[in-house]
Amino acid sequence: MSTFSAVKILSPPLFAARSSSPFLASPFAPPLSRSGLRSTRLPLPPLAVSSDVISGQNPIASDSSTSRHAEVSREEALVLYEDMVLGRVLEDMCAQMYYRGKMFGFVHLYNGQEAVSTGFIKLLEARDSVVSTYRDHVHAVSKGVPARAVLAELFGKTTGCCRGQGGSMHMFSSTHNLLGGFAFIGEGIPVATGAAFSSKYRHEVLKESNPNGLDVTVAFFGDGTCNNGQFFECLNMAQLWKLPIVFVVENNLWAIGMSHIRATSDPEIWKKGPAFGMPGHHVDGMDVLKVREVAMEAIERARRGDGPTLVECQTYRFRGHSLADPDELRKPDEKAHYAARDPITALKKYILEKNLATEWELKAIVTKIDEVIEDAVEFADSSPFPPRSQLLENVFADPKGFGIGPDGKYRCEDPKFTEGTAQV
Amino acid sequence: MAASLQSAVFLSNRIDPHRRLFASPARSLPGTKGSILVVRSDGRISGRLSGRNLITNAVATKADTPTSSTDSKPGHELLLFEALREGLEEEMDRDPRVCVMGEDVGHYGGSYKVTKGLAPKYGDLRVLDTPIAENSFTGMGIGAAMTGLRPVIEGMNMGFLLLAYNQISNNCGMLHYTSGGQFKIPVVIRGPGGVGRQLGAEHSQRLESYFQSIPGLQMVACSTPYNAKGLMKAAIRSDNPVVLFEHVLLYNLKERIPDEEYVLCLEEAEMVRPGEHVTILTYSRMRYHVMQAAKTLVNKGYDPEVIDIRSLKPFDLYTIGNSVKKTHRVLIVEECMRTGGIGSSLRAAIIDNFWDYLDAPIMCLSSQDVPTPYAGTLEEWTVVQPAQIVAAVEQLCQ
Repeated sequence: MSTFSAVKILSPPLFAARSSSPFLASPFAPPLSRSGLRSTRLPLPPLAVSSDVISGQNPIASDSSTSRHAEVSREEALVLYEDMVLGRVLEDMCAQMYYRGKMFGFVHLYNGQEAVSTGFIKLLEARDSVVSTYRDHVHAVSKGVPARAVLAELFGKTTGCCRGQGGSMHMFSSTHNLLGGFAFIGEGIPVATGAAFSSKYRHEVLKESNPNGLDVTVAFFGDGTCNNGQFFECLNMAQLWKLPIVFVVENNLWAIGMSHIRATSDPEIWKKGPAFGMPGHHVDGMDVLKVREVAMEAIERARRGDGPTLVECQTYRFRGHSLADPDELRKPDEKAHYAARDPITALKKYILEKNLATEWELKAIVTKIDEVIEDAVEFADSSPFPPRSQLLENVFADPKGFGIGPDGKYRCEDPKFTEGTAQV
Repeated sequence: MAASLQSAVFLSNRIDPHRRLFASPARSLPGTKGSILVVRSDGRISGRLSGRNLITNAVATKADTPTSSTDSKPGHELLLFEALREGLEEEMDRDPRVCVMGEDVGHYGGSYKVTKGLAPKYGDLRVLDTPIAENSFTGMGIGAAMTGLRPVIEGMNMGFLLLAYNQISNNCGMLHYTSGGQFKIPVVIRGPGGVGRQLGAEHSQRLESYFQSIPGLQMVACSTPYNAKGLMKAAIRSDNPVVLFEHVLLYNLKERIPDEEYVLCLEEAEMVRPGEHVTILTYSRMRYHVMQAAKTLVNKGYDPEVIDIRSLKPFDLYTIGNSVKKTHRVLIVEECMRTGGIGSSLRAAIIDNFWDYLDAPIMCLSSQDVPTPYAGTLEEWTVVQPAQIVAAVEQLCQ
């Protein structure tokens, strides 16, 4: 029984949130009443509240003195720390490189949200799949894509994970089962549902079984996506067929400049899970250990074949929506509040308090990551740009799809085709 | 192959009993090189076939133990929707990764009976009844294809796939490219489209024109039971995403098709009726309007060459080009709207490649740019009728 599933109303300091700001931000607000009537300014409390499905599970644990975190071993803690630092240093380097003119277009950085990525992806096996959005750099490296490949892709070089053809918003890796990288929001959720369907199909129709259970798919997406039709359609299908998938909402409260409250009639996204018959969890996404606890349960549930889970992670992005976003709408005190809850600092504090490692060891990890990223930058910088001949190579898996030319030969046999000068 | 020739012979016999089809299609006419690559069912290219070869557009991959046909003629007769089902079933037997998903494909057997009987045979997971969520289940099919399956996604009516346009364009068409070739999307998206009998505007849409710009997508249109089965099998075996356009009014066409297994080439066009005076390019239902017009034309002394282009994207410029080089006059007859339709692209392609061979401007007969009206009289006037085709040929051949 996970500790979070106790309905615990932590008592935050109560003082009236009379701010006229339209955004939902602070925990300095009265807890939500269960009956749900709300004023337009009612904020969401940062509670760990679980609403388990009517499948007979008793969500209420009477013992409210359980520890805030399940115990984590030294090795696990260091893995988590290193992964989050990797994500942070990578994103900071991306920003630097962008302003130096090494990469272009839309770049969406993940600073501040590392706990969600690390909390979930470090629990996955290599055979499990991850589907992401345009904010996918850190999901990629967490899943195991080398930083070199990610940075080379961002620089548009041919050594990138997608040969330079995808870019920031389209990170893919078949070796690491990273199924994208999607520019339109919501677009990846059906793809993730399909991967989960595939997993179930392989188990039931093709009779390929793994003793550890089904391959799990984890789909990451944001709060804005949760108002999109594809989200609801896939919740329905996933629960209908009990697909091995976990839907992870990275609720960072803002969809570019649209606050979650202004866009959503019922801002509590976790409640939409039980509406479809699956468990819905809400968790503090700035705390990697809490995320990890919830993730463990959701992933195990999927692996057993019990079906999907919806997990809403309350998190925050320290930077703007993208590097082109002036980020003028978010209030400084909101940003300061979350900056103070930096997941990396929090984990570091936890590690030191529990004596899992020394300050020096943690610094060594940071140094190591710095070197990894610098090496990746050098690699990306020195890699070649794609040659002209690469232009048409991956349009079709079977290049006969370019058709038969006037001379009766398949177009793809035309030597000019590989040179990229052929007229298709 | 024999059946298509037979049916073509049948049709041509109805036109003019003294005219015999050549035993082989145009590309093996004297003076042309028979250099079409034939794709075998196992994906190998069989090499160049030249000369008169009956099997230029079909490959017999294995000889069945000769089935005892109750008739003296070889092959078996069936309707077009049964041919589609036969092709689908053969591929599902051959490869357990082939699955079907769509609305009412399972227990209901498909709204046009194409998947009838498959769910009891293969189970509810392999023939998946989806909720009404085209965008999402098409995306689901794409995700499944990326992870090793080979889904056949049915749109109950092609028009419904407009809801799936996001997934078809962004993921189907582009994912192989944006992933740098790491993931392939071997899906088949199929369904009935076209103008039916007073189905109303929204159920009478022709989506081929909307999809044709999507890079990475292949589009084929079937028109006879023979090519329906062959194209279905080819589409399933292809590693590219293929959209297979069927037509609501053609599902009950009957034809005799071979017992042996055959797979057609996705990129090739089909010679329906060789001729000398004018090339008529068409596809899907308009093929039949063209053949009906051809009867009249032959009686008037014309000799039209009719080609069913079959592959809407990419065009088979070899078959088309050879024909243009022979007749120097082109008429395109399509059911698409005039604006931005397959005909416009085809016209452009012919002008680009075969301008010097043309003796007259290319004529294109398309449907009116009008939402298909419900009233029968109005609906008749939105699509191209045989009389218009006859008039166009007469004008072209002046």
